[in-house]
Amino acid sequence: MEKKDKIIVCRCEDITYDEIVQAIREGFTTPDEIKRVLRCGMGPCQGRTCMRLIQRIIAKELNKNPAEIKMPKVRPPLRPSPIGLFAGEKNDKRES
Amino acid sequence: MIKEKAEVVIVGGGIVGCSIAYNLAIRGVDVVLFERSYLASGATGRCGGGIRQQWSTEENIRLAMESVKIFEGLEEELDYHIEYYQGGYLVLAHTEDEVKQFKKNVSLQRKLGLNVRFLEADEINDIVPHLDVEAIGAIGATWCPTDGHANPFKTTIAYARAAEKHGAHIYKFTEVKGIKVEKGEIKEVITDKGKTKTKIVVNAAGAYSREIAKMVGVELPNKPYRHEILATEPLKHVLDPMVISFHDNVYFRQTEHGEVVGGWGDPNEPSSYNIESSFHFIVQMSRLLSRYVPKFRHVNIVRQWAGLYDVTPDARPILGPVEEVEGFIQANGFSGHGFMVAPMVAKLIAELIVEGKTSLPIESLNLKRFREGRVIKEASVVG
Repeated sequence: MEKKDKIIVCRCEDITYDEIVQAIREGFTTPDEIKRVLRCGMGPCQGRTCMRLIQRIIAKELNKNPAEIKMPKVRPPLRPSPIGLFAGEKNDKRES
Repeated sequence: MIKEKAEVVIVGGGIVGCSIAYNLAIRGVDVVLFERSYLASGATGRCGGGIRQQWSTEENIRLAMESVKIFEGLEEELDYHIEYYQGGYLVLAHTEDEVKQFKKNVSLQRKLGLNVRFLEADEINDIVPHLDVEAIGAIGATWCPTDGHANPFKTTIAYARAAEKHGAHIYKFTEVKGIKVEKGEIKEVITDKGKTKTKIVVNAAGAYSREIAKMVGVELPNKPYRHEILATEPLKHVLDPMVISFHDNVYFRQTEHGEVVGGWGDPNEPSSYNIESSFHFIVQMSRLLSRYVPKFRHVNIVRQWAGLYDVTPDARPILGPVEEVEGFIQANGFSGHGFMVAPMVAKLIAELIVEGKTSLPIESLNLKRFREGRVIKEASVVG
């Protein structure tokens, strides 16, 4: 394996290129599985940066076309947003 | 190509299927498992990960207590980090009826040897300091310190890996299309990747188990219901136990990574295979979380998702053989609590297949209870 242990692919969770290749070789061959075993794409960016890269790494490892590699579903909300925003409550006095 | 024949074929690669595969493999059984997607892609990988022993029926209490004994040594047994954490379960009571039922539950649970007790309202903050007991309207609670939680995806992978080490064949992305039965006996399982001859099929397909059963002409009373859940950004460790309320149909816990993960069951949710996320859920859950723990109001929600409960009429699993087809074993209908009882259920199903008898009685959980009208409903569920 080419030494790529310093290349961070998932910036939210600090997951390197090497860790992803290792997971693929262990049998986690889809972005959905890599997400769940390494936490790639579970951080604040929700995979916007890393998932396309992971798709390419998997394609390269498995000799497939990246278009054949199914991406994980996009989970709402699109951006991390505070619970209070959805709850629709004003600031509570008890906390000030 | 898939294996041509096997002693046992398991349908479903969630926690139930994978733990059964492991328990059969270590007993020397030649076992094959088919999962149509990746492992834990269904309800297991979507669930809250709670491990609770506080139930209202004896079977569930025993299954959960024995499972906890297994969970306690599971990381070592399977040689895999599953994020098992015994932070306890705090079950909140909001009404006098609940207090009465919970006290009854506690007395049954204690009789069966569980370390559990009833808490008065003013004792709740000793267990979870951040809860706004008054705003929640909690008038009591039950507390079991040996309940806890684990990572359901990793636990499933741990079982699957260990099963493979002991000779099980696990085929992901392989969908069961049919099961051939002749004269009431199973002959082979037909998948989109080929056929496997077998005499025994374990139906562990979660909410899709009723579709698998239909392939051999067996009607299961199970119904699928969407349940939604969300995760926040990671926080410093602030929450030891899982907090749960049947009154508000809500539960939440903090993962090893620090995220708060919680779900709310919509009482008006119709039965369906829908697993889309809804805005209604994120609003309701946010209202509940900010009422339960006011400080959570400032915490960011990172994502929401949904999965299917495989619900039986009495909210208890269906385990064991069926009358119509020999060798067709049920391990489904877990009604939202399959993950936590899987370790013991898997052991019992393996015992049943290998020895023809089980170390805990499971006859009362057989499918025929619905036909014979011997139904005792489990009361302690998020419905």
